[in-house]
Amino acid sequence: MDRKIRVVVAKPGLDGHDRGAKVIARAFRDAGMEVIYTGLRQTPEQIVQTAIQEDADAIGISILSGAHEHYFKVIVEMLKERGAGDIIVFGGGVIPESDVPRLLELGAGAIFGPGTPTSECIKWLEEAVAKKREKEGVNG
Amino acid sequence: MFEEKELQAIAEKRGQYEAAVEKALAKNPEMRKEFTTGGGIPLKRVYTPEDVKDLDYNRDLGFPGAFPYTRGVQPTMYRGRFWTMRQYAGFATAEESNARYRYLLSQGTTGLSVAFDLPTQIGYDSDHPMAQGEVGKVGVAIDSLADMEILFDQIPLDKVSTSMTINAPASVLLAMYIAVGEKQGVPSTELSGTIQNDILKEYIARGTYIFPPKPSMRLITDIFEFCSTHVPKWNTISISGYHIREAGSTAIQEVAFTLADGIAYVEAAVKKGQDPNVFGKRLSFFFNAHNDFLEEVAKFRAARRLWAKIMRDRFGVTDKSAQMLRFHTQTAGSTLTAQQPENNIVRVAIQTLAAVLGGTQSLHTNSLDEALALPTEKSVRIALRTQQIVAYESGVTQTIDPLAGSYVIEALTNQIEEGAAEYIRKIDEMGGMLVAIEKGYVQQQIQDAAYEYQKAVESGDRVVVGVNRFQIEEDASERTLLKVDPVVGEMQAKKLAKLKESRDNLKVKACLEDVRKAAQGEENLMPPIIEAVRNYATEGEICGVLREVFGEYRENVVL
Repeated sequence: MDRKIRVVVAKPGLDGHDRGAKVIARAFRDAGMEVIYTGLRQTPEQIVQTAIQEDADAIGISILSGAHEHYFKVIVEMLKERGAGDIIVFGGGVIPESDVPRLLELGAGAIFGPGTPTSECIKWLEEAVAKKREKEGVNG
Repeated sequence: MFEEKELQAIAEKRGQYEAAVEKALAKNPEMRKEFTTGGGIPLKRVYTPEDVKDLDYNRDLGFPGAFPYTRGVQPTMYRGRFWTMRQYAGFATAEESNARYRYLLSQGTTGLSVAFDLPTQIGYDSDHPMAQGEVGKVGVAIDSLADMEILFDQIPLDKVSTSMTINAPASVLLAMYIAVGEKQGVPSTELSGTIQNDILKEYIARGTYIFPPKPSMRLITDIFEFCSTHVPKWNTISISGYHIREAGSTAIQEVAFTLADGIAYVEAAVKKGQDPNVFGKRLSFFFNAHNDFLEEVAKFRAARRLWAKIMRDRFGVTDKSAQMLRFHTQTAGSTLTAQQPENNIVRVAIQTLAAVLGGTQSLHTNSLDEALALPTEKSVRIALRTQQIVAYESGVTQTIDPLAGSYVIEALTNQIEEGAAEYIRKIDEMGGMLVAIEKGYVQQQIQDAAYEYQKAVESGDRVVVGVNRFQIEEDASERTLLKVDPVVGEMQAKKLAKLKESRDNLKVKACLEDVRKAAQGEENLMPPIIEAVRNYATEGEICGVLREVFGEYRENVVL
């Protein structure tokens, strides 16, 4: 049997809106994933550390403060620097659709806007992790 | 409220009605098995005098401006003056926000409401590493009195009342406001406005805490005490259910946890020897106006009645204005959809009506584009116009508390009051709100409600128009959204460097030492903080000293 998906749900920076992060964390957990929720006020450094230490498949970033471009950029770069560029980064929050292409370009796997059903995020993440593991030849 | 004979006659007729219902149901079942309010209170098919048979008019409703204030806090309500139309605004630099305020005032807004950026709310200057990427994003960046002077340039502080959404560093921003007043020649006794200053809901739901609970409560009671004599027209706290509701609570939980926070503040101040008849007058509240219209109207009425009883019976308050729950309302941001955003105008209009029929003292209406970004000038104008249409055109303001006596409204008002009182009893048993928060009880209750809601939306049990029904393909590229210039952070940092060169740094250092000494001791922190801001000590410097003395709060993560 495949190893369970491990996902870090992270709140970078100073933004205190954690309703979405907590709801998605519970939805991932109910879908059978192992979820590490960071809590508020995490620096990119702390988030990347957590993901590497926990051997996570993915990091889900929740931002509602408008600082998304900054944090996606820093986190993706930091992962690459530490040789953990294979960790999937995705996110959600109050993010204008016009900013999405830029975030994808920076290395985000997907951006889920307000109103996205959690089932859609779960399905996407399962597929993305399956693809990643296939590529790495990891299976167990 | 009804004679026994009358109730018997109604019961008889109800028998006939129920038989008719059976027949109708046999032909056409109802759309759902159970009908509930947005907050999950079961709703009957129809309400009758039987549902409010124990209602005692004088005891439970009374007249507007009289105990228990169910019908409103003023004797004439909106016939005398409309609520304050107060739009929460602020972004980027003090210059840009000042321009937005002057625009809002020119358009008929009657009070200001300042949104600060996150670094300001968490006590970091714009050049702090933690501030990176956040400067000017969700509000205006204020580092020192110099920024505050620009923010209120040409806005007469003796004529405009200002609400500031600031919590952990509330003392510092209030001090800056007082100092700007001094420069305009307005004494602090003439200033009117509100600071949010509600740290407990920051731990529960909003997240902009700095210090641990004990010193945080001390900062708050210091403000109560200082303002009682020096800024008597100031609302020293805005005890907020808004963010608790936004985090996903039910209506009953919103009332319960907000009033439980209120109880904790009153207890803390009483413990310091302050008189609740005095500081109680300056306590204000802040609630959410959500979608479920009937439940919301009942919620505001229930909150007023319950608080009046708490102040009278629990704290022995006899002063009428210290028994009154005065509140600001904001329409519910979490109900706004990114899909078909124009529909949000309609949602906001319904929520506005609920707030007004619930007797609010001031109101912020959300803009249609807030699920996407900060609002544009046009969308802010539509939001303000929504209030003006309700005020000037709908007619609901012409008679006070017009829904009183409606069987369902009174029944819901009772149920919400009882439900909230039950929660408060539970919290009392736990040892009070600080303990309940520490245990994660309050957070857990809210999160459970939020998760239930999400599941109900995903199963289609709850319909959100445009999101899980009536969807269309949309072209997002046609939307105009407000963008904050990314160089704001650099500009603020440069301003800050310049300020630190031009001010009297020896004087600043001495002022900061005075703040430290006061923090380590027992004396009121407001006077040394005011002196420090007058000398252009920055917010980050003052909060930095307090961080050193008080330490920082670490979140108890509950999932």
